Amino acid sequence: MSGHSDIVLVDEKGIRIDGRTAEEHRAVKIEAGVLKNADGSAYVEIGKNKVLAAVYGPRECHPRHLQNPTKAIVQCKYNMEAYSVGDRKRPGTDRRSIEISKITAEALENVILTGLYPRASIDVYIEILQANAGTRCAGLTAASVALADAGIPMRDIIPAMAAGKADGHVLLDLNKEEDNYGQADVPLAIVPSTEEIVLLQMDGNMTREEFDHAIEMAVGGCKELYALQKDALQRRYTVDGEEDDSDEQ
Amino acid sequence: MISRCDRMDNNNTKNAREVVVPGDKLDGGNLKAGENTYMLDGTVRAGILGVKMVRQNTVSVIPLGGRYMPATGDTVIGMVNDIGSSNWMVDIGAPYPAPLHVSEVPWKVAFGDTSKYLNVGDVVMLKILMVDESNKISVTMKDSGLRKLEGGRLVKISHTKVSRVIGKSGSMIQMIKNITDCRIFIGQNGQIWIDGDGLNADVATKAIKMIDEETVRSNLTERVKKFLEKEIPQGEEDKENEEGDE
Repeated sequence: MSGHSDIVLVDEKGIRIDGRTAEEHRAVKIEAGVLKNADGSAYVEIGKNKVLAAVYGPRECHPRHLQNPTKAIVQCKYNMEAYSVGDRKRPGTDRRSIEISKITAEALENVILTGLYPRASIDVYIEILQANAGTRCAGLTAASVALADAGIPMRDIIPAMAAGKADGHVLLDLNKEEDNYGQADVPLAIVPSTEEIVLLQMDGNMTREEFDHAIEMAVGGCKELYALQKDALQRRYTVDGEEDDSDEQ
Repeated sequence: MISRCDRMDNNNTKNAREVVVPGDKLDGGNLKAGENTYMLDGTVRAGILGVKMVRQNTVSVIPLGGRYMPATGDTVIGMVNDIGSSNWMVDIGAPYPAPLHVSEVPWKVAFGDTSKYLNVGDVVMLKILMVDESNKISVTMKDSGLRKLEGGRLVKISHTKVSRVIGKSGSMIQMIKNITDCRIFIGQNGQIWIDGDGLNADVATKAIKMIDEETVRSNLTERVKKFLEKEIPQGEEDKENEEGDE
């Protein structure tokens, strides 16, 4: 971040190094229900990011002292595989993954109807298989699809997308190069039905105007992502062409 | 108003099986919010992934997955998890443990003698007595048909598919029972106990797994029938003993 280099991230026509315009996000692929043993799961690809999310629960909360007698707790574990980045990542929990786990769990708590399951725990596991900037957004996107797939009562599905600034331009959905050599990165997650913001961070510097523009763009990106999340869930319950049950029930 | 509802109802039961995801608008109109829905700014929205259903003037969502949530009066099958000196803990696949107290079994159990009657790993058929406000479950084994299930095997499917396994007024399960000649008990929690000899039980298990996996496809009963007839040549073991179990 904010590293100075000679790399041209945005050319004079406004085209980025991967051929996108400023308002374009990377190619997205979402699949729900990919794991058999978890209660719910999702696989998400956003550009070169590959993320797997699994959900268990609601189930009895262990250890006991974490139980909340009025609502379910949401526990999240974000983990990057050793092979997810260029240089091998030292496996295991680090400061960064603890932070991301916490903010993800807190974002999800906003939409899950936790009051229905007192004393229970809903466990979310996010595995980053391949990283290329924007994994916390991809992870949260995958986690909320996995939660819906697990049949957990919730208000809405959360899409998350980052905007940022690189080469003096405000850009949507930064990739690795733009994140590393750019000036700012603003991940954002919203509840589409109410437009509440459930996750907002900023790394780097921007002017107020640039920030407002970035938020506006990220909200737009989130809405596009939301449509894809819904589509992934609906696809899971429609078998190609023949959709319906004409016999019993 | 009423005619509109009727039409929608028809649509729903006929072929418009509409899958909704959390947050989806369920037709504002004048419909009331039913189960698994919530109100936001005057519109009803889905609160879970499921199938939209309109009945009278209420919209609700029937879940397509999720954990089994016990309801009073359900018959369930579970496995004993843990033994206490005056109760057994039974895993019925719910988010909460189901303690079976010694006063709720058909035997006279002396204090501390619990393991003489049921042990860890035993499978029992129970009835949900009550689920209280904080979701604490109480179960009983003191009712007709409830008992310890010995021999046989336990198959787990999603509880949302139990109605498909049973079929319209029991047609599906009756067919499986007749063809495979197995004794089958179905718990509302998606645990199914099958007892029969080797091949037959294998086929019944596969048929039930098939229903679990292919619920969305059409003509399920036909498919299962074909599968069963292929696996078990008809004739010799058709109608030997029909036990009146349900």
